[in-house]
Amino acid sequence: MVLTLAFRNLVHDRVRLAVTLVGILFAIVLVAVQLGLYQGARKMIISMIDNAQGEIWITAFGAKSFEEAGLLSGRERHAVLSVPGVQGVTPLTVAFTEWRKPAGGSALIVLVGADPAAGGLQPWNMVQGTPASLTEPHAVAVDKTYMENLGVTRISDIAQVEQTRVKVAALTDGIRSFTMAPYVFTSLSRARTMLGLEPNQATFFLVKLDDPATTEAVRNEIKSRLANVDVLTQAEFRDRSLDHWLFGTGAGVALIGGAILGILVGTVIVAQTLYSSTKDHLREFATLRALGSSAGYIHRVILMQAALSAILGYVLGMTIAMVVVHFSEQTALPILMTPELAIGLFVLTLAMCAISAVSAILKVTKLDPAMVFAR
Amino acid sequence: MSSEAVLVATDVVKELGQGAGLVRALKGVSVSLNPGELTLLMGPSGSGKTTLLSILGCILGPTSGNIRVAGTPTANLGPEALAEVRRRHIGFVFQSYNLFPTLNAEENVRLALDVRGRRGRLAADQAREALTKVGLSHKFKSYPGNMSGGEQQRVAVARALASAPSLLLADEPTAALDSENGQAVMALLSEIAKDKSHAVLAVTHDHRTLPYADRIIHIEDGLIVSDERPERVRDAIVTPPPTIPLDEVRSEHAPSEGASGGGSRRAKKRKMKTYG
Ligand SMILES: Nc1ncnc2c1ncn2[C@@H]1O[C@H](COP(=O)(O)OP(=O)(O)O)[C@@H](O)[C@H]1O
Ligand SMILES: [Mg+2]
Repeated sequence: MVLTLAFRNLVHDRVRLAVTLVGILFAIVLVAVQLGLYQGARKMIISMIDNAQGEIWITAFGAKSFEEAGLLSGRERHAVLSVPGVQGVTPLTVAFTEWRKPAGGSALIVLVGADPAAGGLQPWNMVQGTPASLTEPHAVAVDKTYMENLGVTRISDIAQVEQTRVKVAALTDGIRSFTMAPYVFTSLSRARTMLGLEPNQATFFLVKLDDPATTEAVRNEIKSRLANVDVLTQAEFRDRSLDHWLFGTGAGVALIGGAILGILVGTVIVAQTLYSSTKDHLREFATLRALGSSAGYIHRVILMQAALSAILGYVLGMTIAMVVVHFSEQTALPILMTPELAIGLFVLTLAMCAISAVSAILKVTKLDPAMVFAR
Repeated sequence: MSSEAVLVATDVVKELGQGAGLVRALKGVSVSLNPGELTLLMGPSGSGKTTLLSILGCILGPTSGNIRVAGTPTANLGPEALAEVRRRHIGFVFQSYNLFPTLNAEENVRLALDVRGRRGRLAADQAREALTKVGLSHKFKSYPGNMSGGEQQRVAVARALASAPSLLLADEPTAALDSENGQAVMALLSEIAKDKSHAVLAVTHDHRTLPYADRIIHIEDGLIVSDERPERVRDAIVTPPPTIPLDEVRSEHAPSEGASGGGSRRAKKRKMKTYG
């Protein structure tokens, strides 16, 4: 009967139910979008690091992120290769640079130079061409999402990076960049030429180990042999990049702040409607009390009302959120909905509604059961 | 005091309000209620009837005095323990029915059982049985909004009855009903009172309910002024007596029709007696 009564109380006043659901829906959609954007941003920020084949990254001292790191001289490579447990060391060059569109105009890009044969960091999700396509003369790989930004329309289109002529030789799909500057892959030697680097210079040395379980030990060993560089595990480098882009720039704070705002607004609206509903049904609650119900029984009715609102609001809110997620997929900042986020949102909605029930419960606690005798 | 009394109240004093608005609604009331009796509590407006009913029903606590329900003193019980006393021993019928408008008749009765932890098929059967007893076997699924006042009050009686309380308290159960429905509800309450397992106390203004009474208590200004057991003449009375010296302005409903023997009953007003 608790469920029946809660449900009937809820649908009894359609307008109030609508306001409640809009409140929950608003909160869910806002939180889903903000946290989805946060997750999307996270995924973009760490995608390069996650796709690189190596356990340890050697970076210039104080490197901020994958995109913003200083240069290494190249001498580090031999020192690392002599450390026991190291299987291979792959140089990578990464830098912001200028892309000149064929029809004029330019765009900022992140040029990623890696030797396709070394397999340290290759373009993935390829829709046209293969990683080996980058061995062709002038070859670069770009992502479909950014073709328009780069002023190219298909394979073999010609453009220019700095002073060097390039040809689109391969296309990837879905390698997005948090910085809005598209990633452009090319071979290591071509990247060095374009960026005007010495033959051994690199941005990173990616270290592949015989046994990933030895990561900590090998990292410490390399650290002891090399001065003035950072030796980071993959996880550490990921955290550093995330820290820099999400918290160093305030983007993450804004996203999380937006989510908290959504929760607050939702809670206030649900608390309001639940309170006014309880006030309207106060005489019924007093009657329940006169019939001998425990206070807990009445609280259960109110909490059940809150839970039902939460479930209804969640279903509606998630439906709308999924539509928003769908339409964001093709934008520069996709919203990422994961099962964890979906479950987290449900728990959050239940918690939000339970907290909202507090003021209503306090109201019935002060209930005067003698009101049942009033006319 | 009778040992089999369902409820015993001794020297009940109740002060309501505070400061300058303080009212001594009950000034020392002692009463005990026996199973198998329909007791009417009568008195002018503001005389303390509802207050007394609330205290006997363990909804309000007395300022001083004692209440024993089924032999158990309620003096030191907290709100939850008092709720349990109500749950186990007391049924209420209110002037304004207090049904749940979003629940149908059967659900309204089942709610009272649910509160007592009685659920499922058995509870549904008990609810229907109670509704059948009050003559509503055709209204199980009707909502209060679609029922007449008389039907609603009968649902309320069924709700009070379903949990088999030893004490049924009704506060002006007929005040909002027309004469026919009022009679029907009173007949029902007196029928219930015939069962030796219940005591029924009904507050009323309405002299038409007198024929149903086994016992009549008059209260004025917070004190019991008379407590009597009229002859059991109600079965002989077809229509209520013509004039009754109620200490009450509300006599406009008195039927003008000729009376049967009961009319003189109130005239030879007995001295106040206490029974029980
Ligand atoms: N909550 C209250 N605060 C102050 N005075 C009250 C309150 N409730 C009732 N009273 C007063 O107590 C007296 C008895 O009231 P009540 O028991 O409702 O009378 P009855 O039911 O006989 O009409 C009246 O004088 C009434 O004004
Ligand atoms: Mg009253």
